[in-house]
Parts: sequence; structure tokens; C-alpha cells
Amino acid sequence: MLSFFQWCYDTPIGETIRESTWLFPLIEAAHLVGLGLTAGAVLIVDLRLLGAGLIRQPAAQLWASVRPWLLGSIGLMVVSGTLLFLSEAIKCYYSYAFWVKMTCLLLALVFAFTIRRHVVQTGPSPDRALQSRLTAITSLGLWFGVAWGGRWIGFS
Amino acid sequence: MTPLEFFAWLSETSWSVDLHESEIAYPLIESVHVWTLCVFFGLMMMVDLRLLGWTMRSVPVSEVLGRVLPWAIAGFVVMVITGTLLVLAIPLRSYQNLFFRGKMIMLVAAGLNAWFFHYRVYPRIVGKIVDGIPPNSVRIAGATSLALWIAIVFCGRMIAYNWFDCDRQPQPAIINFLTSCVPAPSVY
Repeated sequence: MLSFFQWCYDTPIGETIRESTWLFPLIEAAHLVGLGLTAGAVLIVDLRLLGAGLIRQPAAQLWASVRPWLLGSIGLMVVSGTLLFLSEAIKCYYSYAFWVKMTCLLLALVFAFTIRRHVVQTGPSPDRALQSRLTAITSLGLWFGVAWGGRWIGFS
Repeated sequence: MTPLEFFAWLSETSWSVDLHESEIAYPLIESVHVWTLCVFFGLMMMVDLRLLGWTMRSVPVSEVLGRVLPWAIAGFVVMVITGTLLVLAIPLRSYQNLFFRGKMIMLVAAGLNAWFFHYRVYPRIVGKIVDGIPPNSVRIAGATSLALWIAIVFCGRMIAYNWFDCDRQPQPAIINFLTSCVPAPSVY
């Protein structure tokens, strides 16, 4: 595993970003914009599942409208995040925050496109209020872990 | 007292020194600033995208403004509090930071844009549009807001880097002018 991280670190892309003054900060800022957009799209649906925000629209309708933005912003985050990772792969390998983040990210994505999607699409029903809330809390918790881990990679 | 003297005085206060030297408080405040960025900036962009007619077209603009904006504003309040504390931890460097200044100017511009939208643009169209793509005046306000907030986040991220810091001389004269920097050791 470490040798893979070393290989990433040694790639010309990683080296270029490391040696440039501006590239890392600019990619970081783009990563932050992606983070905001992802969070916005996630929050619109999760607030609805919690019974707040846009409660007059069915969750399935909100999910359908924000999904392209969610996918687009996740794409932006994966591309910018990979570039950042290549430039400091060795640091990431030894950073527990990095592993927390990646674990939460994997769980958050799997959760969003399996259980959460199912809950969103089965539609509103009073007897499923608790299920909706638990789904939203799980989703928010996992994304919180992603953002927390991401910020603490920088502190470690 | 000039602003420079004020920020120099601020950096001498025990509040500022304690925050600056704290190994827990400073990273924690910075983290809270980023988490609430998700709430504020994320939801603000969704509102702006709705004003542009690029998402949630079946949801009336009034609904989005009435039910999403309050959450964004709550996030904004926490951002202002944590942001103020971050400046308090590093007062003089923040004041003389090129990107911090850019960010503050754009914050004022975003505020003016929001004021103009809510008191000049929105009242004229309220009741007329229910859903779909809003008229151009609304879309321009949304696009302006979106562009400003993205630029503010970019500037915010750049504050952490010291390329144009006062203690890194020589800098071009224009940079020293824009950062009110007097390149003499006595300032630091």
C-alpha cells in the first residue's frame, strides 16, 4: 500500500503541483467550491427528510432536481481531490484524518445511492417519518465526517 | 488611532495572544468556519442556482427564498462569528493581507447585491412568477451572488498563504500600497 502511495507521490502531476506556488492553493479553492455545492445539494434533500426546508415538495422531486449538481460537484471534488492527493500522498498515508475521510466518503456515497435513494423515492408517509429522519441524520453524519477529515488533513 | 494602530493594538491583547497560541481553539474555530461554509455557501449556491433557473424549477422562487434562505442565514451568522475570531487571532496580518481585503470588499458587494435584490428586484416580480425560469433581473442577481460567493471562498482560502505578506519584502510597490504595508522592520 505504501509503495502505491509512493508511486502516486512520484507521478509528474504530483511533482508539478508540489513545485508550483499557485497550483495547490488554486486546486484547494476549487475543492472548497465543490465541497459547498455537494453540501448544498445534500442538505436540500436531507433537510426535507428531517421535515424542514422545502417541505411542500416531495423528497423524490427535490432529489431529481439536485442530482445533476450533486454528481457534477462530486466529479469536481474527485478530480481536484485526486490532484491534491497526488502532491502529498505520503503525508496522507500517515494521516489518520485522511483514512477517516476516505472511509466516511465511501460510506456516504454508498449510502446516498442505495438506502437514502430508496427512502427518498418511496415517497412521503407518516409512518415512515422516523425512517426518513434516521436516514437524513446518517447522511449528514457521514458527510460531516468527510468534511472534518478533510480539514484535519491540513492540520496534521 | 489609525486602523493599522488599532490592529496592532488588537494583536497585543491577551484574547488575541491566547487564541493565536491555542493548539485546540484555533484549529477548532477554523474547522467550524469550514463546516458552516458547507451550510451557508452550499445552500446559498442552491438558492442562486434556483434564481438562475438552473435547478428546482418546479419549486417556486418564493418557497426557496422563504424556506432555504433562513438556514443559509443561520450558517452565515456562525461564519461571521468564527471569522471574527480568526481575525482576532491574527489581527495585523489579516488587516494587511491582500486576499483578506479583497474578500471584505466582495462581502460588502455581496451584501449590496442581496439588498438590491430583496428591496428593488424581488418586490416587483413577487406574485407574478410562480415557477419556471425567473425574469432576467432575478437571474442577474443570482449570477452576481454566485460569482461573488465563489470569489469570496477563493480569496478566503488564499488568506492562509503568505506570498504578499508585509514581512516578505521586497514586494512590488502596488502590493505594498494595496496592503497598506510600510516595508520597514519597525512595523513588525
